Amino acid sequence: MSFINYSSREINCKIVYYGPGLCGKTTNLQYIYKRMNPESRGKMISLATETERTLFFDFLPLSLGEIRGFKTRFHLYTVPGQVFYDASRRLILRGVDGVVFCADSQLTRMDSNVESLENLRINLREQGYDADRIPLVLQYNKRDLPQAATVSELHALLNSRNVPEFEAVATTGVGVFETLKAVIKLILIDLKKGGR
Amino acid sequence: MAQGNFILHEKEYRDFQGVLKKLLSDSYGKVVFLVDKNGTLLAAAGETEEFDTTSLASLAAGNIAATGGLASLIGEKEFSILFHEGERDNMHLSVVANRLILVVIFDRRSSVGLVRLRVRRASVELERILRAVDAGSKREEEDGIEELTEADIESLFK
Repeated sequence: MSFINYSSREINCKIVYYGPGLCGKTTNLQYIYKRMNPESRGKMISLATETERTLFFDFLPLSLGEIRGFKTRFHLYTVPGQVFYDASRRLILRGVDGVVFCADSQLTRMDSNVESLENLRINLREQGYDADRIPLVLQYNKRDLPQAATVSELHALLNSRNVPEFEAVATTGVGVFETLKAVIKLILIDLKKGGR
Repeated sequence: MAQGNFILHEKEYRDFQGVLKKLLSDSYGKVVFLVDKNGTLLAAAGETEEFDTTSLASLAAGNIAATGGLASLIGEKEFSILFHEGERDNMHLSVVANRLILVVIFDRRSSVGLVRLRVRRASVELERILRAVDAGSKREEEDGIEELTEADIESLFK
């Protein structure tokens, strides 16, 4: 649910990075934080454990300039990927406008990817969303690792909706902004249509 | 909650602002925020420059969401009021009409009893304005959003 403030001419949208544990959701946000102009981004907040695993969420606010006289603000969140944090994931999905599903390309993580994607669909439905219509982008992360599955394998396994998909290496930034840009586009097109 | 967008027009924004200003002075608070449950700041009054309002809004929503989750685990609908006591400043968070979060930050010039009393009164006003916001959302939309073009969207990334 986007928030449109006609008084301050602002559009606020919420993007959630979803995916299995250690797939690189936080790394995506850290890279965006590092590379964005400081005037265009706020403080990044990470509610993490002592071992730097996401405990509740990471949060990064971005301002991307104006369209049609409206300032655009995007709030980026990650969910904790570990299976047992499901209650927290459900809470973070509330009010989401678009989702980036970050998959781990390593062959050994395929089951976790499938499980997490199914978990996303269940949690979206629970929040009243149509899991087949919400703006969604897939990111196949860790393409630099030798054990990576091919893109066509990942596509066949995860992209039944045939949404935009990107290869990425979040640690070096490959594909990170392409993914973000794609989800923002989908959200704004959806907003133009008048929401869900 | 997944349907439609939350649209705030000038009048209702000013009304929200008016209630917050009154609450600020009545409660002797330092700063007052109104946040939606998704973590977006709607309005604020007081010493806002002292605080990172965007982060505050997001964490307040996370706080309410997490305690709401705890509440449902013990069979409660929600914990509608939270109070955090610090060495210098304190924070009072309350849920308004099940959709908004009213945050008051105050120091020793005020007290939790006074804040709670004033928040209760302000919440009634905020609920009234929220009903007007809902009615306003059904009005014909103003210029802008629905006319977005691909080129407009593309221009964001240049």
